[in-house]
Amino acid sequence: MTAHAPTTREFKSNARDALANETLQHALVSTRAGFVGKRAKARAALPEFEDIRDAGRDLKNHTLANLDLYLEQYESKVTEAGGHVHWAETAEDAQKIVLDICRRVGAKTVNKGKSMISEEIGINDYLEESGVKAVETDLGEYIIQLRGETPSHIVAPAVHVTVPEVDELFRERHPQFDPDRRLDHAAMLAEARSVLREKYFQAEVGITGANILVAETGQSVIVTNEGNGDLSQSLPKVHIVLASIEKIAPTLEDATTILRLLGRSATGQAMTSYTTFSSGPRRADDPDGPEEYHVVLLDNGRTEMLGGEFQDMLRCIRCAACMNHCPVFQSVGGHAYGWVYPGPMGAVLTPSLIGVEEGGQLPNASTFCGRCEAVCPMRIPLPKLMRHWREREFEKHLSPKSVRGGLGLWAFFASRPRLYRLVSRIGAGALRALAGKKGRMASVPLASGWTSHRDLPAPEGGTFVDLWSKKTEANK
Amino acid sequence: MSAETPHRFKPDAPRVALFATCLVDMFRPTVGFATAKLLEDAGCVVEVPRGQTCCGQPAWNSGDRKGAQEVAKKTVEALEGFDYVVAPSGSCAATIAKDYPAIFKGVAGWEDRATALAGRTHEIVSFLTDVMLVDAIAASHDGKVTYHDSCSGLRSLGVKEQPRKLLSSVNGLELAEMEDSEVCCGFGGTFCVKFPDISNKMVGDKIASISATGADTILAGDLGCLMNMSGKLSREGKPVKARHVVEVLAGMTDAPAIGEGRS
Repeated sequence: MTAHAPTTREFKSNARDALANETLQHALVSTRAGFVGKRAKARAALPEFEDIRDAGRDLKNHTLANLDLYLEQYESKVTEAGGHVHWAETAEDAQKIVLDICRRVGAKTVNKGKSMISEEIGINDYLEESGVKAVETDLGEYIIQLRGETPSHIVAPAVHVTVPEVDELFRERHPQFDPDRRLDHAAMLAEARSVLREKYFQAEVGITGANILVAETGQSVIVTNEGNGDLSQSLPKVHIVLASIEKIAPTLEDATTILRLLGRSATGQAMTSYTTFSSGPRRADDPDGPEEYHVVLLDNGRTEMLGGEFQDMLRCIRCAACMNHCPVFQSVGGHAYGWVYPGPMGAVLTPSLIGVEEGGQLPNASTFCGRCEAVCPMRIPLPKLMRHWREREFEKHLSPKSVRGGLGLWAFFASRPRLYRLVSRIGAGALRALAGKKGRMASVPLASGWTSHRDLPAPEGGTFVDLWSKKTEANK
Repeated sequence: MSAETPHRFKPDAPRVALFATCLVDMFRPTVGFATAKLLEDAGCVVEVPRGQTCCGQPAWNSGDRKGAQEVAKKTVEALEGFDYVVAPSGSCAATIAKDYPAIFKGVAGWEDRATALAGRTHEIVSFLTDVMLVDAIAASHDGKVTYHDSCSGLRSLGVKEQPRKLLSSVNGLELAEMEDSEVCCGFGGTFCVKFPDISNKMVGDKIASISATGADTILAGDLGCLMNMSGKLSREGKPVKARHVVEVLAGMTDAPAIGEGRS
């Protein structure tokens, strides 16, 4: 299990807290427009974007259908270059592999580039418990590490934090600087940079994630905007890449297809500031680079998804476009989802990785508005996959009794048209009588879910089917 | 109207089954009559099969495949045998047109029937423009309206320009687009009662966008969304009326707006 226990079962109360949190609501409003607008602009500037989405989907489908082949090819290329590939079936396996490497080289400090897999396996807390200090070097990750939090967004981990909060945090945690200094955006970045710069030279091990693993070359690819990932992986003696198995792309050409989609979908950038290809340990004539190069390939439930109805989810390239466009995510933020992956992609992936019993709330928390699927660069049918989870829940009798009972009753009447006519006639009449002349009701028995926040418009009177029949009879 | 029907239609006029949807049937018959009028004006012969109930979407979206099949079978039985099936709802039309083949996948004797029905099923406004090739409407409506793009119609059926095109031909009507017209209003069927707090936040954002336009009426193509938005508007004391877009297109705005009292 990961270091941070999931609170996915408490999604509803998490969401209520998030809605009542004014600072969070303020942070969500100020970032929402940015992501959506920038992606729209980037998409509009590239006429063939929709074709590239098709190509991305197809190449991922092909890769997943031949995943064993490409993983073996990748491993042999990494080995050829002098690197090591470690296969981790579970999060615990991956934790142990990383700790063993750290212990062997006597590491006290580990520098980290941004990696969601490191969150999935909870590596920071695990290393800390074993006496190894992990330092986040991505600005957002650094901020939330200082706050003792987890990321609330897979691309912008500190998106829930406001500028005044960072101001306060830096003044408290960086006592070495002038307490009266001015901290605007640029000054904050510069300050974090100067603090982190020191740490790059102290760390014995650097850990990064990987956006893509290229099978034909054995390279791992990271995209960043701060350059911190490059320093994390090239300065320390040992570089560990943490990646899940579905990150494979067969060729460099395929990697470029993914890159063309990734930046645009995530931040509206044609390319991020840095796109870095790592090809293994330092060679004899290289001016710099790590002495050791390790890749930890994490499964953690993903092979179970292959060949099944959730395989499409393995096309995900973690751009976060789905959550940036999701009105539910934008209402409650990422922490409400209660585990590593929030938003629509998290609603599908979380039950796959930690079980539907634990994560079943998440795929229910969607109106199926379809905006996630409309923007997903890999054309993952997210609403359809969420519906699959609801089916699994229903089959396992995990859905609430009230929901099952209500649906059963509805299906009973709706599959008996004559009875249905009678009942809808009575229902329409009763609600109309209840509303009187007002045309709407402020409270209705058994409907507080609706009326606690809004009025219920009253029926006009009579059902359409009855009225139509009467009218056509009269006209005969 | 119907007494004259035989003379008004050409012999090859398409026979259309009007699927009212359960919400329109029970809450707002005016939408059903407006839909029928638009279809007849476009040259269709309209029938309202009495066997119709609900498309089965609540069960389908709740993961109850068997329950969805049970209800959807009745819908297939009631609506097959016509040239077209038309519904005043992008959501219910999309369930039949897009989901029925999946709902009945592998069910002997039903998959073919459901798939055939799916291919003949349309949402009303896009049916008028895309199938009946209607490009203008003889209606008038004085006022400033704004239009909400309901999710299923927009993203499953591509209903976007069609209602705007027809609304632009309505005399006296001014359309003021709201910000984020394509963002969900928070209805989501059972979502609004399963997650009332989140739904409330979403509909709150939506009515803020509506109010910002200064429109006197919010129009949309789905009664579920309209009841949600109307209920929130009246709870917040906002003087904006809510109507289904077909009421305006059919010139049937004499009836009180959704949630509006009788005088």
